[in-house]
Amino acid sequence: MIKPGAIWKELLKNFSRKPATVLYPKERLNLPPNFRGRPMYDASKCIGCMLCVKDCPAQAIQIEKVAEKSYQCTFYLGRCIFCGQCADSCNKGAITMSQVYELAAFTQPSMTDTVKPV
Amino acid sequence: MDKQIILPIGPQHPLLKEPVHFRFSIEGEKIVEADIRLGYNHRGIEKAAESETYIQDLYMIERICGICSMTHATNFAHAVEEIAKVEVPPRARYIRVIVAELERLHSHLLWLGVAGHEIGFDTFFMVAWRDREVVMDLLEGITGNRVNYGINKPGGVRKDISDAQRKELQKGMDILEERIRYYQKVALEEPTFIARVAGIGKLDKEIAISHGAVGPTARGSGITYDVRRDLPYSAYGEIPFNVITSDRGDVLGRTIVRIGEMLESINIIRYAVEHLPEGPLAARIPRRIPAGEATTRYEAPRGECIHYVRANGTEVPDRVKVRAPTMANLVSIRSTLLNQEVADIPIIVAAIDPCLSCTDRTLVLLSNKQSSEITTWAELRKKSLAKTKRLL
Amino acid sequence: MILIKIFFFPGLLFLMTYALYLQWFDRKVYARMQNRVGPPLFQPVADFLKLLSKQTIVPSSVQEQGMFWILPLISFAAVATSFLFIPVTASGPFYSFPGDLIIVAYLLTLPTLVLALAGWISTTSYSIIGGIRCLSQLFSYEVPFFIALLVPAIAVNSWNIATIATHLPHLVATHPLYMIPLALAFFSGLIALQGKLERKPFDIPDAETELVAGPFTEYSGRLFALFRITLDMEMVVGISLLSAIFLGGANPLMGIPGFVMFLIKTLFVAFLLAAIKSATARIRIDQLISFGWKILAPVSIVALLLQITMINL
Repeated sequence: MIKPGAIWKELLKNFSRKPATVLYPKERLNLPPNFRGRPMYDASKCIGCMLCVKDCPAQAIQIEKVAEKSYQCTFYLGRCIFCGQCADSCNKGAITMSQVYELAAFTQPSMTDTVKPV
Repeated sequence: MDKQIILPIGPQHPLLKEPVHFRFSIEGEKIVEADIRLGYNHRGIEKAAESETYIQDLYMIERICGICSMTHATNFAHAVEEIAKVEVPPRARYIRVIVAELERLHSHLLWLGVAGHEIGFDTFFMVAWRDREVVMDLLEGITGNRVNYGINKPGGVRKDISDAQRKELQKGMDILEERIRYYQKVALEEPTFIARVAGIGKLDKEIAISHGAVGPTARGSGITYDVRRDLPYSAYGEIPFNVITSDRGDVLGRTIVRIGEMLESINIIRYAVEHLPEGPLAARIPRRIPAGEATTRYEAPRGECIHYVRANGTEVPDRVKVRAPTMANLVSIRSTLLNQEVADIPIIVAAIDPCLSCTDRTLVLLSNKQSSEITTWAELRKKSLAKTKRLL
Repeated sequence: MILIKIFFFPGLLFLMTYALYLQWFDRKVYARMQNRVGPPLFQPVADFLKLLSKQTIVPSSVQEQGMFWILPLISFAAVATSFLFIPVTASGPFYSFPGDLIIVAYLLTLPTLVLALAGWISTTSYSIIGGIRCLSQLFSYEVPFFIALLVPAIAVNSWNIATIATHLPHLVATHPLYMIPLALAFFSGLIALQGKLERKPFDIPDAETELVAGPFTEYSGRLFALFRITLDMEMVVGISLLSAIFLGGANPLMGIPGFVMFLIKTLFVAFLLAAIKSATARIRIDQLISFGWKILAPVSIVALLLQITMINL
């Protein structure tokens, strides 16, 4: 059956609904707990096995030894694809994916983050 | 009038979502000849896959396409698991099915919006994409990202579905079913919509079979072929579902098929969420895959996707080949375009749901010449500029 | 005094301001119907100023460069002139004489012809096809539109827009049966106006997904700004014309409340047009020709015949 303007119900309903747009940056969406933001490094748990470096698809992580049993980690956030493989490969839980996603920067060097052990 | 105008469409054009070059010869408003050139989206993925390990390759293969990323990742994982002769645990298979059907939902909703936009029905576009957000939020809750999910690993899945997420899935499916049934009603009742899609771009069943059309393009012409039913993979052998076909052969037939498939996906997800078996999430798979080769098929939202992987005992694959469904559908698009009007070009091209990112892979041209030459970057650039001048 | 009336109110400045406001109103209603937010109030002004400040590029394949530059000015002048005959307040338009209904209808046809010519002389394939489609569309909706304009003229027995606007409400109050042909004519006039303004479902010349921008493809900068504001002004003139001869314009109130009444009536008609725009897809040119001649023209002719019969009874 042909009915002209068959979508009129949706059009009228939309006048009573709040707009579906999220007015970023004034409003922000709630992120689920599983969300893969940038990776974070905990130097106290790292044992220097380098599995994360080996498995990273984008070569975005580097682990360097600074002292005996103490390592520092450099993330190249410009290369990172936020897949979370480094967090999965680490058997000690030294890398976790956070909920930080606002990572835009103006220069390339500022997208490199080195985390030193305390 | 006898004078033919050449109408070039692409690589940049508002009707195309991805770059491809069409050359139409038109007389008045009728198309008399169509030609196509591909290759604008070629990124050298198959070559790059030969220098990364299997775990790294999974992420790269997943990023062949943003809309059907689960397709390529799961297909590649299946191939690797087949070579290594590893069995995937049942819970992982069901979770893969749930994410795959959610991907099919979001891809078909995207197509519905894009088809609406191509014929000028912008309201349909906006509301279909608004409801697509429900699917994207569900996917983000399960996998951690809206596209490029990264939930697969060779041997199983990386993340689990909690009970709270199962309840959210059921709620989301209820909302979506009501809205998709409303869109089905609108698509079959709105006269301006039907006037633009009924009888347009007719693909006869014989041409569809002889030119190798797959997916909703073929099912819209009456061919009942669905990889999920005919060569079941993952958990599809245990889940009951219907294959939707239409005998119309035109764009309206393909619309009916896609909307019907969305409703079937909702039922599959509901069944899988209810019957989710307990068990481990992944099987152990060695880093070095023994030598062997495997060809796997998968029903992507656009049709049948074929992957071929050859392993040689190291951590790095020997050859990876991807045949995307759009590659099979583009061959039959010429017969749907001839003798149609210029105003129908956008909707006919959009009816096969082209995904050129999936399609552009290596072409090997065999020649009789035995010589080899090395071309520098500067010469390549000059040749490309000359060709652009020739084409325009 | 005359110059103030021509250039400020109800002349050019009022027309341009109301055109930009109606563009905002149309976009906002369109967006809210699609569950979106829509642009802020000053968006059309910002668009207009931005386009004025951009560089105007003329393609080298255009033969008649002078014509290319003058065409937007001709259509702008035609639409601006036609507004002088439309009553905005109850005291009548700027200049009124018997027969100005025909003049306004004729002046409203000029922008479409100019658009087709503009598409033809910018020699790229997209604009040529757009120009041809513009002319084909002209043949489909002109006849229903003119016949729909005839119906109130015959009811009141006058060709003067101001007279129709003043006398029509009294006529309908005394002869309520006149509502039937008038409603039919209003309905077909509304749809024909949607075709004249080239809005969905009839925005065939300017089909973004098929022809990039149709006749406008090669126009940029100041010329494009002129074309866009001409289309908005054409919308104001068309809506004011329809609300003057079908809904009574600023009557029955006088003075300032009359002007407010005029605004309310035009906003109501604009809302109807925006609703039609959001509920439909774009149809093809051959489907438009068959729709225009098989459905729209007969409705207008039936309304005309009904009105003539009722007048003579």
